[in-house]
Amino acid sequence: MAASISPPADLSAALVLAPSTASEWLVILPVGWCLAVGALLVMLRRSLGLQPVIAIAGLAGLVLIDGLLLERVAANGPMTMVMGRWLPPFGIAFTVDLTGALFALVAASVALAAGVFSLADINDSGRRYGFYPLLMVLMAGVSGAFLTGDIFNLYVWFEVLLISSFGLLVLGSEREQLDGTVKYGFLNLVATTLFLVATGYLYAVFGTLNMADIARKAESLRDSAPLMTLVGLYVLAFGMKAAAFPVNFWLPASYHTPRVVVSALFAGLLTKVGIYALIRVTVMLFPVEREEMSFVIALAGALTMIVGVLGALAQTDFRRILGYLIVSGIGSILAGVAVGGPGGVGGAIFYALHSMLVMTGLYFASGIAMRLGASASIVTLAGLYRRHVGFAALTLMLCFAVSGLPPFSGFWPKVMLVKAALDIGAWWLAAALLLTGFLTTIVTGRLFLFAYWREAADQSGEAVPVSAASLAPLAVLTLLALLIGLYPDPLLRAIQSAAAGLAEPSAYLNSVFPAGGSQ
Amino acid sequence: MKSIILRTVAPFLTGLMILFSIFVLLRGHNAPGGGFIGGLIAVSALAIYGIAHGVETVRRAIFFHPMAIAGAGLFAATVAGLISIVVRVPFMTGLWIYPSVLGVEIPLSTVMLFDTGVYLVVIGAISSVALSLEERGGA
Repeated sequence: MAASISPPADLSAALVLAPSTASEWLVILPVGWCLAVGALLVMLRRSLGLQPVIAIAGLAGLVLIDGLLLERVAANGPMTMVMGRWLPPFGIAFTVDLTGALFALVAASVALAAGVFSLADINDSGRRYGFYPLLMVLMAGVSGAFLTGDIFNLYVWFEVLLISSFGLLVLGSEREQLDGTVKYGFLNLVATTLFLVATGYLYAVFGTLNMADIARKAESLRDSAPLMTLVGLYVLAFGMKAAAFPVNFWLPASYHTPRVVVSALFAGLLTKVGIYALIRVTVMLFPVEREEMSFVIALAGALTMIVGVLGALAQTDFRRILGYLIVSGIGSILAGVAVGGPGGVGGAIFYALHSMLVMTGLYFASGIAMRLGASASIVTLAGLYRRHVGFAALTLMLCFAVSGLPPFSGFWPKVMLVKAALDIGAWWLAAALLLTGFLTTIVTGRLFLFAYWREAADQSGEAVPVSAASLAPLAVLTLLALLIGLYPDPLLRAIQSAAAGLAEPSAYLNSVFPAGGSQ
Repeated sequence: MKSIILRTVAPFLTGLMILFSIFVLLRGHNAPGGGFIGGLIAVSALAIYGIAHGVETVRRAIFFHPMAIAGAGLFAATVAGLISIVVRVPFMTGLWIYPSVLGVEIPLSTVMLFDTGVYLVVIGAISSVALSLEERGGA
């Protein structure tokens, strides 16, 4: 290799010399795998029949890789791989802790469900315009964002997923889709620019972009550097990405226009990437600043919850209602970030994971409902219960889950969040959480009453067959929500140690800079 | 385009520019150049040929669909990163081999494979845009 032609030098000062193990490769494999499969799909763009087969196999592989990764991280603690074997902080590090691995696994599962659902939702023209390659590249971006340990690299993965999300949004090129895409695109570009500005600022202050390096240097710079400004910029940028009040308006304006499976994917993944980045930066990198900003974040969270759920109450379009429910859920997560501590951060992570599964499921349900009832509005949708009882039951369970009612997955994070808020004496935040839960129940009850229980006017509603490809992913996500609701223990334990790892990132730092490490 | 001068010159110009683009790609490792700029030069060559002889001719000449070329490039770049798994070094570590062809040592590397991937992605993506714009505008 390089050493054979250059004069002997002390390579250990610049390079990682220990051979990399197979489990370390799991850190980068989700991204490499998605990119490779996506590239293969682009090359095979003419084989329309082959596209979904390869994509679904690829996504199943991704779930497997992320599962193994989570297992490894749970057993051995955070893992790091640096690109091109350059030593951190100069080499770009991918560092996976429990939080990142959990998010990546749930995201991959949601994407697999969406891949199966797309069999019934994406026609030949959608395939020709590259739905599946875009899906794989989107997953590369999402996985990269969850797994990277470098803040500029995080920005790059945001770009990757943003560009593929533009492609997915305009799939079909209808008028409303272009309209939705312009709103989505504009606001996201503003947010991305803010993110980049903040990152440039951070680099000027710290001289490093490696997250572990930032975390350990923050302490000594706290007196001299304008860290509050930095964190404020990051909170605004990630808040925009996550659709927090008052920068939430782009989400309900764009999520009801694309194909159902695309909305479902976005509902599950995109806002959660923003939330993940917010948690990573505020909780792990700048805990002191988070503490100082907690009132602002809490206020934004409470307003996001209430505004979101009231917006949902005012809508009649099935998917618009769901769009506002996502916003409302983001509010609950922000409340957890604001409260902090193991309960607050754990509750926020739990809520985010639950919301990924359940919101994607609800969007699937909206797609099936629109096909069964030939309408998107709950004013004209009626009698779905009579048309397909099983489907109605699945939707009802998801409605319970999103409202935070037991025995579904939404219940536990809500309990954790309310308890954490009461523990620090923020009774108004706890009240907002409970009020939001109550109002969400009304929203979903209204949805179910109108679209499902109400007798259809034309009584022609016999049982209509729904394709297994669209029902199976819905059923799997619903069962996952039920399972998490009934046996929350394993997940709860993982989330608690994930939250502890964020609050006390010494294991994370150790994985990047073994034994304190020189610079 | 009707200009006979352009039509006569275009094939030579295109050939020369493609050759130059490969030169720029290969010198990119240690000197200014590389896959991105090389790809742009190659696309300008294809665009000139398209203006002179029509988009259909270009599409037939490059044989593969531009997006397929871009896909192949992305695949090559990803594979260039993944090769290092075999030698047990981290992702994207540059690996070199020095095969000797007719007594001349030729250094080959995963870095070059990556750069070639970039070259193909740029050719594929930009020529896809350029050709469809020419198709609309020319008529």
